[in-house]
This record gives sequence, structure tokens and C-alpha cells, in this order.
Amino acid sequence: MWTYEKKLQYPVNIKTPDAKAANIIITQLGGPDGELGASLRYLSQRYTMPYGQVKGLLTDIGTEELAHVEMISAIVYQLTRNLSIDQIKDQGFDAYFVDHTSGIYPVSASGVPFSVSPIQSKGDAITDLVEDMAAEQKARTTYDNILRLVDDPDVKDAIRFLREREIVHFQRFGEGLRIVQDNLDAKNFYAMNPEFDLMKPCLG
Amino acid sequence: MTMKNLMLAIQMYDFYLNDIKLFLDTHPTDKEALATYKKYKHLRDNAVSEYVQNWGPIVANNSVNAEKFSWVNNPWPWERSAN
Repeated sequence: MWTYEKKLQYPVNIKTPDAKAANIIITQLGGPDGELGASLRYLSQRYTMPYGQVKGLLTDIGTEELAHVEMISAIVYQLTRNLSIDQIKDQGFDAYFVDHTSGIYPVSASGVPFSVSPIQSKGDAITDLVEDMAAEQKARTTYDNILRLVDDPDVKDAIRFLREREIVHFQRFGEGLRIVQDNLDAKNFYAMNPEFDLMKPCLG
Repeated sequence: MTMKNLMLAIQMYDFYLNDIKLFLDTHPTDKEALATYKKYKHLRDNAVSEYVQNWGPIVANNSVNAEKFSWVNNPWPWERSAN
């Protein structure tokens, strides 16, 4: 279970609304390498993970990703507040506005609604952890691209924090992969899948 | 301390604790990390107590003894005035 804490993981305080920036940044909410997908990926993978340390890692990083969902949502909310209809049209926010007004809805930058299709829960410890390491790098690249496209220091400050977390998570998942491999046959890591082949069959 | 400064202190302690927690997931017997976690957990708890006493709840059950359910008070975390 989870308990909500009434605070952001890192402050978001954006003085100047900018719907164009919001259109780009929303991809880290509902896009293919976004925080919502990251959270669901790790929190789904953990159930069949056989090792306590890696169950802990998937639970704790999956939980931190929920705090990042909230931060991205707060950024988009603050960037799209108090807009006039002229600003909505001039800043290219009209296509989003017609369906959602200023409500926060998880879509990619190109307007594709959130989907679990880009994430995987494969039920194989090595496969899932390699996916997780790639996912952190894909999110890091997306944040690098956002930093190329956005100028406002208030926005960049929060985006830089989120980018840095991707690098830390990549490091921790790398250690998780090492822990899994330490539990496997060093001569052939692929001799069996510890999430399936170590299970005892249910008799009767 | 002002509300914003105290919240910032809590966010800094929680950031540090969260980062050490992830490190402890993959290094659960690291004595230095365990000791650091304990030290900052204590500082965090004191800062949260001060915040709850002066400014309002961080989790909903902080507000059960008050005359009003202050959990519902503005601002909420995504609003500029909370940051």
C-alpha cells in the first residue's frame, strides 16, 4: 500500500506560463519513456522477482517514479495556468485544449494517449533489469532533449533534478543485475530463468 | 523557520534518505550508509514534527486530533504558493 505525503519531491515554482513548453514536457508524463510508464514497469516487474534486494529496488524506484509523475504534472499545470484564448492559439496548445481544457491528461508530445505498449514485464530477471537500465537511459535522453528545447531557468531547474535521478536509477539497476547474476550459474547465466524454473510445481 | 524554508529542509532530508535507501537496497550491510540513514532519519523526523505543529499535516493522519480536518487546507503541493 501507499501513503500520500503532501509535498513534492523537489520544488516546482514556475513564474511564467508557457504552453509550448508544456506541450513538450508532457511527454514525460504520458509518452513512451515517461514517468508513468516507468512506475508501472517497475511496480509490475517486482512480483515475480526472486531476490529480496531487487524486489526492494523495484518497489522503491517504482515509488519514486510516482513522485516524478507528480512533479511533471505540476510543471505542466503551472505552465498552462491563466492562459488567454489568444495565448492558447499562438502557443500551439489549441489541439490539447479542445479535448482536455487545462486538465492534466497523460499524452506524449505528439498527442498519443498514454499506453503500456512501450513497457515490458517479461518475467525473466535478466531481461527485465536490462530493460530497466535501457528505460532509464531513454528517459535521460528525453530530459536532455527537453533541456535543449526549453529556456526558462525555473523549468530547467526541475528538469535537471529529474534527469539526474535517471542516472542514479541506472546505476542502482546495474547493481541489481549484478546481484541477479551472482545468484546464477557463472558459466551460463541463461541456463534457466530464476523467475520461472525455480518455482516449485503445485501438486494436486 | 518560514513554512517554505522548513518544507525545503524536509525535502532535502527526504531526498538524502531516499537516495541512501536505494543504495541500501543493493548494499544492505553497508555500515556507513546504515549509520548515515539513521542520523538523517532523526533530523527529518524533528523537521517534520516542527512543520506539522506550525504549518499543517504532511500525511492525513497528522491532522486527526485537530478541531478541523486541516489536511484539506490549501495550498496543495503542485501549486506555486506551496513551493
